[in-house]
Amino acid sequence: MSAGLAIETEALGKRFRGRDAVADVALAVPAGSVFGFLGPNGSGKTTTIRMLLGLISPTSGSASLLGSAMPDRAAAVLPRVGALVEGPGFAGYLSGAANLARLDSADPVADPRTRKRRIGEALDRVGLSAASSKRVKAYSLGMKQRLGIANALLRPRDLLVLDEPTNGLDPQGTREVRTLVRSLADGGTTVFVSSHLLAEIEQMCTHAAVMRTGRLVAQGTLDELRGAAPDDRLHLATPDAERAIAALGAAGLTATQAGAEVVAPLAGRAIEDLVPALVAAGVRIRGIRAAEASLEDRFVALTGEGFDVAN
Amino acid sequence: MSRTEQARPVERRRLGLSLLATEITVLFRRKRTWAMLLALAAVPVLVGVAIRLSSGGDSGRGPSFLTQIAGNGLFVGVASLVLAIPLFLPLTVGVVAGDTIAGEASQGTLRYLLVAPAGRPRLLLVKFLGAAVFCFAAPLTVVVAGTLTGVALFPIGPITLLSGDQVPVAEGLLRLLLLAAYVGVAMLGLTAVGLFVSTLTDVPVGAMAATVVLAVTSQVLDQLPQLEALHPFLLSDSWLGLIDLLRQPPEWGTFGTNALLQLGYVVVFGALAYGRFTTRDVLA
Repeated sequence: MSAGLAIETEALGKRFRGRDAVADVALAVPAGSVFGFLGPNGSGKTTTIRMLLGLISPTSGSASLLGSAMPDRAAAVLPRVGALVEGPGFAGYLSGAANLARLDSADPVADPRTRKRRIGEALDRVGLSAASSKRVKAYSLGMKQRLGIANALLRPRDLLVLDEPTNGLDPQGTREVRTLVRSLADGGTTVFVSSHLLAEIEQMCTHAAVMRTGRLVAQGTLDELRGAAPDDRLHLATPDAERAIAALGAAGLTATQAGAEVVAPLAGRAIEDLVPALVAAGVRIRGIRAAEASLEDRFVALTGEGFDVAN
Repeated sequence: MSRTEQARPVERRRLGLSLLATEITVLFRRKRTWAMLLALAAVPVLVGVAIRLSSGGDSGRGPSFLTQIAGNGLFVGVASLVLAIPLFLPLTVGVVAGDTIAGEASQGTLRYLLVAPAGRPRLLLVKFLGAAVFCFAAPLTVVVAGTLTGVALFPIGPITLLSGDQVPVAEGLLRLLLLAAYVGVAMLGLTAVGLFVSTLTDVPVGAMAATVVLAVTSQVLDQLPQLEALHPFLLSDSWLGLIDLLRQPPEWGTFGTNALLQLGYVVVFGALAYGRFTTRDVLA
């Protein structure tokens, strides 16, 4: 393993019935990072996570967690990994605490003597203490999701894999998860979070990777991803929209009218160089600014607009 | 190596006893398990009450054990076991065995057990042992409920065995436990079949139904004289052999044949379940 990678995959691929669900994925998740795994629905995020955790075997390539090859070394490495995979899964007829006790007893290195205390602490951490003896059947989706996160936190982990952790949570819950992820990361845990919500990733991650129709289309630090974003744009407020579009066209920019503004990708040009040309063309300028490319622009550029489920 | 590599010393790995204990606790905490055991307990109660109400005239028809009940309450358990073997017991065992893996899959807990990590062979073994405990609990329930019903409704006395010998009440009770153990062993093969079927699907009801259908099919085939050569190898062939334990001395050979036949099924279907479950993609 390359030094300091918590997750590493090489040409990882999975075919289902002759169709590539995931192909040629080379992830490199640095230890200690909060890594966002982005992609629209159906882009192969969960399939990749299932391969990382040894639930399904790859049809090509390899994956390693914390330096150990998966799925061969699953028994040794998985106790150090906490996971939330494709939503919570619990026995409805058992209480929240009993469900956690059951899953904890399945972990061969978990100490039964400290089980009760650890379950209490994990439930406390996700704010479920009051509902711990209630049957999971009576839980709301958000509560089940919290219980799923509590399960991932039953023991101190080196790596957390959280698949859509804020799914079904209310705004407070979403914020709590963000705070929790940050505090875990501060404690040295690598956190791998998948999401289709950009804002979420932007707010809590240091690194990110983007999936599209089963392939990895970008990865790096958030700044690197933003830097590779489409050009910054010029936003011009003017009553002379047509004249402005013509003037910018003469300067080599393709401008369009967007509401009350004229917008053009800057293509590396500086605004201060464009203003004299506009003034010379008789364009009256009410306001002019450069809009920085957001991660969202980059995301949309990478994954396409609208629905784009792999077929 | 990264910081995470040296974070903790290697922890002691434990055997699956903790997981097995949880499995058995959870099984017997389920309402469904209790409902099935209650239904099984109802068999001897119904048998006892029906015979008590109709006693007086011996019609001379029906299984011989039923006719003996009026004379000795200890036969309620025996008769009920014999009545429950063809359908009721395989039905309940099929529900528990068919649910083992498919139930976890449909519930969404299978992926979390595997990520915990339970380990696929270990989880399979624990699931089999849990279902095996039920195999013994089910006939034991019938025998206990039968004995209690017998004591309540009929006179109790030394048992006249099939061989004609009489054994005292204490030994009679011991023989009843032996019968329950025999039936428990007899259901192990079906449990292994159910376990295997359960690894094939994520739909527990399908696995349960398939297991019960296989149990019934085996008994139907066992009735066809044309398939005589096949009979000794059928899953259900030894099920009614429990009668041989009511001789003096008990025919242990039948017990051995039963154990061997069931062991064969456990080995074959256990291996199939292992082969399937350890290589399968868990998508549920």
